[in-house]
Amino acid sequence: MKPLTSLALGLCLLAPPGLGSAALAQGVPALAQDQPYAGLRSPPTAAFPDQALFGSVRFDKLEWNRLGGRDSARWDMEAFYGTDYDKVFLKSEGFYSGRARKFDEAQFQVLYSRLISYFFDVQVGVRHDISPRPSRTYAVIGVEGLAPGLFEIDADAYLSQKGEVSGTFTAFYDLLITNRLILQPRTDIRLQLQRVPDLNLGSGVTDLELGARLRYEFTREFAPYVGVTWDRKLGGTAAIAKRIDEPTSSVYFVGGVRLLW
Amino acid sequence: MKQAGRFTPAWAAALLLSLVLAQASVAGTHDLVLERRVVNVTGRERVGMLINGQLPGPTLRLKEGEEAVINVTNHLGETASIHWHGLIVPPEMDGVPGIAPGYGDGIRPGETFTYRFKVRQSGTYWFHSHSSGEQEQLGIYAPLIIEPREREPFRYDRDYVIMLSDWTDDDPRRILKNLKTDSSWYNFNRRTMVSLFDELARAPGPDARRAVVEDRATWDMMRMDPTDITDVGGLVFLVNGQSPERNFTALFRPGERVRLRFINASSMTYFDVRIPGLKMTVVQADGNNVQPVRIDEFRFGNAETYDVIVQPTEDRAYTLVAEPIDRTGYARATLAPRPGMVGDLPPHRLRPLVSMAEMGMNFGPKGYDRGTPLPEEDMPGHVAPEMPMGAMGGSGMSGMEGQAGGHGGMPGMQSGGSMPPDGTSDANHGRVAKKGGKRARKPTKSPAMPGMDHGSMPGMSSAPPQRGGSWAQMEGMNHGSMPGVAAGAPPAGVLAAATAGLQQGPQAYTLHGGEDMQNEGPMLGHATLDALVNRTGAPPGTRVLSYRDLKALKPYPYKKYDRIIEMRLTGNMQRYFWSINGRKFSEAQPIVLRYGERVRFRFINETMMPHPMHIHGTWFLPEVGNGARNPLKHTVNINPGATLDVDVPADAEGPWAFHCHQLYHMEAGMMRKIIVQRQPVAQQ
Repeated sequence: MKPLTSLALGLCLLAPPGLGSAALAQGVPALAQDQPYAGLRSPPTAAFPDQALFGSVRFDKLEWNRLGGRDSARWDMEAFYGTDYDKVFLKSEGFYSGRARKFDEAQFQVLYSRLISYFFDVQVGVRHDISPRPSRTYAVIGVEGLAPGLFEIDADAYLSQKGEVSGTFTAFYDLLITNRLILQPRTDIRLQLQRVPDLNLGSGVTDLELGARLRYEFTREFAPYVGVTWDRKLGGTAAIAKRIDEPTSSVYFVGGVRLLW
Repeated sequence: MKQAGRFTPAWAAALLLSLVLAQASVAGTHDLVLERRVVNVTGRERVGMLINGQLPGPTLRLKEGEEAVINVTNHLGETASIHWHGLIVPPEMDGVPGIAPGYGDGIRPGETFTYRFKVRQSGTYWFHSHSSGEQEQLGIYAPLIIEPREREPFRYDRDYVIMLSDWTDDDPRRILKNLKTDSSWYNFNRRTMVSLFDELARAPGPDARRAVVEDRATWDMMRMDPTDITDVGGLVFLVNGQSPERNFTALFRPGERVRLRFINASSMTYFDVRIPGLKMTVVQADGNNVQPVRIDEFRFGNAETYDVIVQPTEDRAYTLVAEPIDRTGYARATLAPRPGMVGDLPPHRLRPLVSMAEMGMNFGPKGYDRGTPLPEEDMPGHVAPEMPMGAMGGSGMSGMEGQAGGHGGMPGMQSGGSMPPDGTSDANHGRVAKKGGKRARKPTKSPAMPGMDHGSMPGMSSAPPQRGGSWAQMEGMNHGSMPGVAAGAPPAGVLAAATAGLQQGPQAYTLHGGEDMQNEGPMLGHATLDALVNRTGAPPGTRVLSYRDLKALKPYPYKKYDRIIEMRLTGNMQRYFWSINGRKFSEAQPIVLRYGERVRFRFINETMMPHPMHIHGTWFLPEVGNGARNPLKHTVNINPGATLDVDVPADAEGPWAFHCHQLYHMEAGMMRKIIVQRQPVAQQ
């Protein structure tokens, strides 16, 4: 019994330095190799936070207006999840028409996004539109990033399942009046390589949207705004609109909220 | 027999005494418990992560030469760690998850890790978690004071720890996510239309007005922001865990010499520290004694420590002010003869702007010795696009560095690290001066050289054109040998006339989170960017500590470096990731050093933020021109856009961590592993 106790005691006393030297013994041969810890870091089991995944959601537009005595709504959002280089983007924009009492257009995109330079991502993926007119699915390729002058831009090219080629270009700029009161001029340009009669689109630049939204950032997450947008259909598209007795241009005064989290 | 009987108790006492002494020298056992506790720093209750229930943790006192035994028990519910910042310990005891051999991911929940190491040094240090920025930001940090074996070379009557830190009520993980979502998330001091009209109204003439507009345009074209000085906002700055309202007070009797052990335990904050009305005598930096130097204030990077001695003679309260460099608050303490006294709080200094020269124009040479078996390639997105010269209407500020266009493989011009402060030139300095001269010719060959269109350079327009031209020459030719040209000289803003005499912004006494604060205005030319001069905004005549003033009391064996390894500090300001040589920690090879060699790290800061670079296991010897008396530091501040040579004696075998001590920079990748080994590395 007694030798057993002393052995146990001895083990207890020896254990911590013993563990230490065991660690040392593990460490030294590894260090003596030509390529210690070849590859990346020493084998940890937890990932270093520089590869952590993160995500964000941003609603640039989430707005209402009264058009012809009816409430209409618009949204334009994007969300992403991923690493610093590789992300999955979800983008959506659309318009709920109070007059027609239906979604005039609702566009959804799922994109893989890759950082290609200091300020720009290239994005590829698919887009699907749900609208009262025939729905379409598109392949998407585009770039999104910050252009010189601090313009946020997003330029995409689309190829529909029927082979029609189209494109969009969006740019906006945050003009800081104060650090919380921010005016955001914005332009959206859509163009079409071919006519698409079943969507009432002519070729060339189909429509142009210019807007300005003045928001107040109570927090970065929550910023209510008021704004005005001017939509104008152009070229063949405008001609089609005239023929079917739709307005070719319209002005909206909107109220909404910009969300970011 | 009788005699023997008489001696026995004495013998026993002696034996006992020797046992006790032996015990003291081997087993100063300390117990630290990490746990979550509710804390109330700002008036709101938050769950902090504390050591022994204190914020900051209890001061750990060790003795030089003893065998320290420290039991750290983790009750956080997640893996944790403790790293002894600045202590030279075996790698197994260094406490860095994933790097320290045998340490794994750290101390698992509910377990106790026993640190045992011989204390080989003395001075002021600290310890903190090395697992995540979250743990450290939420309270896993505490002072560590090692009593020296020999008598200290300075006298003092009182001894206080002044541990500065930054507290947030936010979730630190959320902070990093927010920064990655929008890197200006916390910056409510960006330049606005209101401030533009304000600057235009103040500008003395049409040239100055044009300069104001051009300066804005230039920054916008570069997609950078001169107000991007710090990353995280909403911080409350603490002294020994006390908010400015709670006002930590250190007592003194007039005439006493008070030792203040400053420790910057902040996660993300550089401070400018001063005690209006008192001169501070710096006697120790990063735990190592230096020749005493009397100063008025010092720039305090994360994780550095300075021991100063002050001698207040008046019977009044003195305010110790530590102003974060973005001026969004104060860490404040009071030195007072009696408790309850409150000193005056000085108004805030103007918020600095990043100057064009500091802005990432220091692209350094690339494809050089990166310290890895194969030179690495920069990952996409890590290196800012070079300045679009044409697109900028020839505002040509990149000419500032001279070397911006002349990527000839020479180090940055601002390696003023070795510039003699007083113009005297010894062999060491001569070399650098010559180098400066050689470099000066280089840019003239470069097509991207400035000097073509100085007139339109923002901030230069008000200067006579010939001065602009000669300035460029001066910059090239005299830089290396110009004695201390920028030392202490206050930078002249283009709006100097307008802001002259205006030392503070409208929120002159903001304790927390000022918004739309007045800044110092765009910089005039700013011809020299001296890596070792800190722009603290101090009035002329103020003695601001520079690393050049730090002369080791005991010279460290001086040895010429064996090789140079380039450490370009890189990253993406907009996407918020940080790296060294264009690679994040998890993408990079370790840096392999041969045991016994002296390596020179040539830090080239390509970013517009200062980075406090910290090495484990050994010392940094920044090349500040003091030869064998270059100071020993564990953390060296690399100013924005600056180049600084720092020698590393590879005198400790093992894997070590090396990183930026801005915690979110480290978490976002600005870290490397260094391996010091005896066998030479096989070249591939």
